[in-house]
Amino acid sequence: MTAARIAGLAGPALLGLVLVFLYLPIVVLALMGLNESVHYELPFRFSTQWYERLLYNERLITATLNSVWLALANTIIATALGTMAALALARHRFRGRTLMRLLLFPPITIPWLIIGTSMLVLFYWTGIGRGLHAMLLGHVALSLPYVIIVVGARLASFGVELEEAASSLGAAPLQVFFRVSLPMMAPGIVAAALFAFAISFDQFVISYFLAPPGVSTLPVEIYSAIRKGFTPEVNVISTVVIVISMGLLLLFARFSRFGGEQ
Amino acid sequence: MSAVAVSGVTKRYGETAALDHVSLDFADGSFCSLLGPSGSGKTTLLRAIAGFIEPDSGAIAIGGVSVENIPVRHRGIGMVFQNYALFPHMTVGDNVAFGLSVRGAPAGEITRRVRDMLALVQLEGFEERKPRQLSGGQQQRVALARALVTEPKVLLLDEPLGALDRRLREEMQIELRQIQRTVGITTIFVTHDQEEALTLSDRIAIIDEGRVVQVGVPNEVYERPETAFAARFLGDANFMTGSVGTGGVVTTAAFGPVRTADPLPDGSETVMLAVRPEKMRLAESTDDNGDNGDNRIHGAVRQTVFSGNSVTYIVAAGDETIRVFAQNRGDRVFDTGDAVTVQWSARHSVVVKP
Repeated sequence: MTAARIAGLAGPALLGLVLVFLYLPIVVLALMGLNESVHYELPFRFSTQWYERLLYNERLITATLNSVWLALANTIIATALGTMAALALARHRFRGRTLMRLLLFPPITIPWLIIGTSMLVLFYWTGIGRGLHAMLLGHVALSLPYVIIVVGARLASFGVELEEAASSLGAAPLQVFFRVSLPMMAPGIVAAALFAFAISFDQFVISYFLAPPGVSTLPVEIYSAIRKGFTPEVNVISTVVIVISMGLLLLFARFSRFGGEQ
Repeated sequence: MSAVAVSGVTKRYGETAALDHVSLDFADGSFCSLLGPSGSGKTTLLRAIAGFIEPDSGAIAIGGVSVENIPVRHRGIGMVFQNYALFPHMTVGDNVAFGLSVRGAPAGEITRRVRDMLALVQLEGFEERKPRQLSGGQQQRVALARALVTEPKVLLLDEPLGALDRRLREEMQIELRQIQRTVGITTIFVTHDQEEALTLSDRIAIIDEGRVVQVGVPNEVYERPETAFAARFLGDANFMTGSVGTGGVVTTAAFGPVRTADPLPDGSETVMLAVRPEKMRLAESTDDNGDNGDNRIHGAVRQTVFSGNSVTYIVAAGDETIRVFAQNRGDRVFDTGDAVTVQWSARHSVVVKP
């Protein structure tokens, strides 16, 4: 074998290795959810008992539903607010615009642990307290900078001339927005919404801090289940979540291709 | 009646005045160019007429009605932007239909008018294409069709041909003028290309540093520039500065006495003359034939630029140089170092403000 052939094989081999590292744990996780043994013992014996048990595990189901509702509410609120903010920052001049733009970035770099702690303190002092409402507030605050940056990048990619052209043709501000700005922003908004959903659905630290006893989200529930010594039901719920989220992602990918990307 | 009247419009950005008491009238159905270098304020003026910029002071009227506080969408304008600004997410048909559909025109009427408009710009059957599938020239036509379909009172064009290559630009110039005449719409055309302004316009307004330097029909502005800037920006010119003598003579330091047919101020004031290079001719230095011109300056050819149908000479005379542009009529082509006489008529020495 020549050196060139070895080099030619090295690339795909490395890529394969990376994929194995990424997906092997997930495959193992999914398989163990179908294994009969509660202690992950081999040999593998196929069983659907953990799936059946999950149906009766109300804690896990409640936590999952909490997570889903929280993520959906967060996606809608953060995407709407963030899109409006991005529009204001990109298209209007006002006092403190530069400062606001600058202040967008630090929250992304500040560790979530610190943000979580400070939110807990703030919510305690202001009487907002803990609970799903507090978690939602926290998630929205956390997602906003991402949404603003993603939508803002999309807005920057097309000039204000399109909107000017629309108004020169007689379009009222709302018509300009719905017929020109919004369709042009759509790919950015979809991407931002995915971000917002993921940030909330994955969120452990802030939810953990802001969850009162008896209320939890899926990540928090999985964490406490692991601490207690967990059962394959956790594998099962994780598998379900992975299947649903990957399905959503594929759907979005297909949808955005329909939208016609440049 | 003037279709668009601008009077005393001023717009400042901090210390600098983008527009400084600009007054201009645009006659109904005319094609008028705003010509100036970049940053001269010509685009600012166009945008103020469109309504994208609010002037600090002064008034703008469209169709005899003041447009103060009237938003862009109600001003009855059609605009073509520098990069066309076609909506990339819509088909060509929907782009052209946009102005009609936001006004709530019936579907049948929209289809018919879009088809007629596309026919006018020679893009029949392009309704279903997307803008990115079109060439630059085709996009330009779509933008024009989109701006005209609503039958605006005035068409505003912001350097619409700037992005096209030379050949296509010349084709589009002719076509643009044809369409403008067919529709009969008052058109204001912003450009920094002097040739384009001369070719297309009924009138040219030369703009510099936020002020209107000169307005007139192309021929007049070219032949009788009022300022050195106008002479230099629209075409090419040789400048000669000297003191006023008697009998239409200006005594220049570099070339000695130079005659002009223009009235001169009395006294020994300094004046500036502009002479177009193509108004001059070169002759052998021994040529004393008096009827070749009222002015003759002896010099030596420093450089000869032969470009086929014409020859441009740089002639050294005194401490300065003179550019002479000669059509290639088969006369003698002078070489570098030849002793020559530069000749021109006194009526081509135009007095300009420095």
